[in-house]
Amino acid sequence: MPGNGISLEAQGLTRIYGRGSEEVRALDGVSLQIRKGEFVSFMGPSGSGKTTLVNLLGCLENPTSGDLHLAGRHIFGHGQVLGERDLTRIRREVFGYIFQNFYLIPTLTVRENVALPLAFYTKPGADVEVEHILGKLGMEHRLDHLPGQISGGEMQRVAIARALVNRPEILLADEPTGNLDTTRTGEIGEILQELNRSTGLTILMVTHNPELGRLGGRHIEMRDGQAYET
Amino acid sequence: MISKFQIAHKNLLRKKARTLLTLVGIILSSWVLVSLLGFNRGYEKALNRDIDNMGYQVMVMAKGCPYEAATMMLQGGAGLRYIEEDVAKSIETRPEVDKVTPILMQAFFDPNKGDGGGIAGYFGIDLATFPAMKPFLRFHKGGWFKDPTAAEAVMGYEAAELEQREVGDLILVPEKNVQLQVVGILERTGTQDDGTIFVPLKTLQKISALDKITTIGIKVKKDADITKLEAALYQLPDMQVVSFSQVKQTILKLIATARVMVLSIAVIALLIAMVGVVNTVLMSVLERKHEIGILKTMGAMPGDIFRLVWTETLILCACGGLAGIGLALGFARLSDLLVRRVLPYAPGGELVAIDVRLALLTLLIIVAVGLLSGMYPAWKAGRIRPLDSIRGEG
Repeated sequence: MPGNGISLEAQGLTRIYGRGSEEVRALDGVSLQIRKGEFVSFMGPSGSGKTTLVNLLGCLENPTSGDLHLAGRHIFGHGQVLGERDLTRIRREVFGYIFQNFYLIPTLTVRENVALPLAFYTKPGADVEVEHILGKLGMEHRLDHLPGQISGGEMQRVAIARALVNRPEILLADEPTGNLDTTRTGEIGEILQELNRSTGLTILMVTHNPELGRLGGRHIEMRDGQAYET
Repeated sequence: MISKFQIAHKNLLRKKARTLLTLVGIILSSWVLVSLLGFNRGYEKALNRDIDNMGYQVMVMAKGCPYEAATMMLQGGAGLRYIEEDVAKSIETRPEVDKVTPILMQAFFDPNKGDGGGIAGYFGIDLATFPAMKPFLRFHKGGWFKDPTAAEAVMGYEAAELEQREVGDLILVPEKNVQLQVVGILERTGTQDDGTIFVPLKTLQKISALDKITTIGIKVKKDADITKLEAALYQLPDMQVVSFSQVKQTILKLIATARVMVLSIAVIALLIAMVGVVNTVLMSVLERKHEIGILKTMGAMPGDIFRLVWTETLILCACGGLAGIGLALGFARLSDLLVRRVLPYAPGGELVAIDVRLALLTLLIIVAVGLLSGMYPAWKAGRIRPLDSIRGEG
């Protein structure tokens, strides 16, 4: 059972997808523990199951079988399937997400994009000072710019600020630098590392980039739906 | 902080051309709807006003088609046959009757009127009773005749304007070569009186070489039983009774078919606009599938997404509805002219009457139908799963 300092605990997480009459075992009985404040990199070839694992850990979908505990709270298991509402409640309380494709709203300014989650839910203690977060990410000079007017690296900074605005306990980053050049990749990597160090934010990052992967304090290699500590 | 309303508003601005086209559809349908609802109300109101401005509720005339006669009278034409003046005196003794007024309507062919000549209509009226029945008539210039046998005329506002007559001018009665002096021009009433030339009854009888009348106007006492009076009047030999409440009902029945047809057109226009709304909002939802998924990862519940998309529909319909109503108000006179062209009988005054209540009702209909149309796209958006927005490698 999860004890002190344990942020996430997965036991025998399995995810099977149907593809026509064929079953694809994307994740095959993965068990792992993640402590508060850890920076974990998930690496591995395409189709190895790393995104599926992070999606399950991030409550973006239900597993086919297996248990998941989140800060001592039982989330999945015993055949229980959570509905979209329950998943959303957990997500907005615990997680922040950043993705390869940023998904900023093109008609909203940088400031408005970051404030967007607050239109739906404001967690007690949320950092409603949007300018403050953007300032920490070096974006204070771009507050009123539209996404189309800033660079890819800046867009990802905005996406990070948006993910942080409700003060999440865990940040999930799925290929956060997949669309960026080497310089920008380094910048985003530094930002994530600094966030982890200075705020103790737990970060789970999926990446193909070995250099970025090395920034994490802990590395998990995914192969054929199974997780291996490296 | 940004509100859901601001998010919805900015989403609509993304595809400006598509939003504009959808708005045009809604504007047109609300324009048509409010104008037609305004016509439904305005026509009846105008008809009532025309009939009230007759000054009398019942007309008696020699036998013939009563409705044709009534319509001719409303349009300033002549009655069909003649009746004795004594009949008016006998009717006046009835307990239900407040006042009676004898009228002689005459039409003469005027070769100088229009291209190929036309009919000039004259109303012979009794100075002692007719003005008292129409106390609302006001003079633009001059006044009533000096005496009941004077060779004088009072012209309706439009009749004077059309013939460019002023007080003191002489007019020639066609066919009879008799001159009448214009002693008064009435103010505009918005009724058929505007196009009428009034002459003292005795003078018109003398010109026409008649000692009879065509019509008796009867004003009924307040709270008197009109049906009882009509039943008694029907007993008069060779007399036709026209009750204006019946005339009104008959005209409204005639117009009912046209009203149903135009309302059907309005409903079809509304449906077409709403299909446009469904299309626009649904397309927008499908295009933003990834973004909607991301909103869900941020904590937006299905209900939040539903309301967000619904708000877009609300903005579209409210803006389109308001603009359509504004245009309908701005172009009310144009609608009035178009409606008048297609109607067999159009009363005077404002035919398309749009007031605040009607405007609000139209806005409510447009918004309600719009929100109904927006339900499907909003529901579909609410069901998008966040995972749909993430292109992972599995």
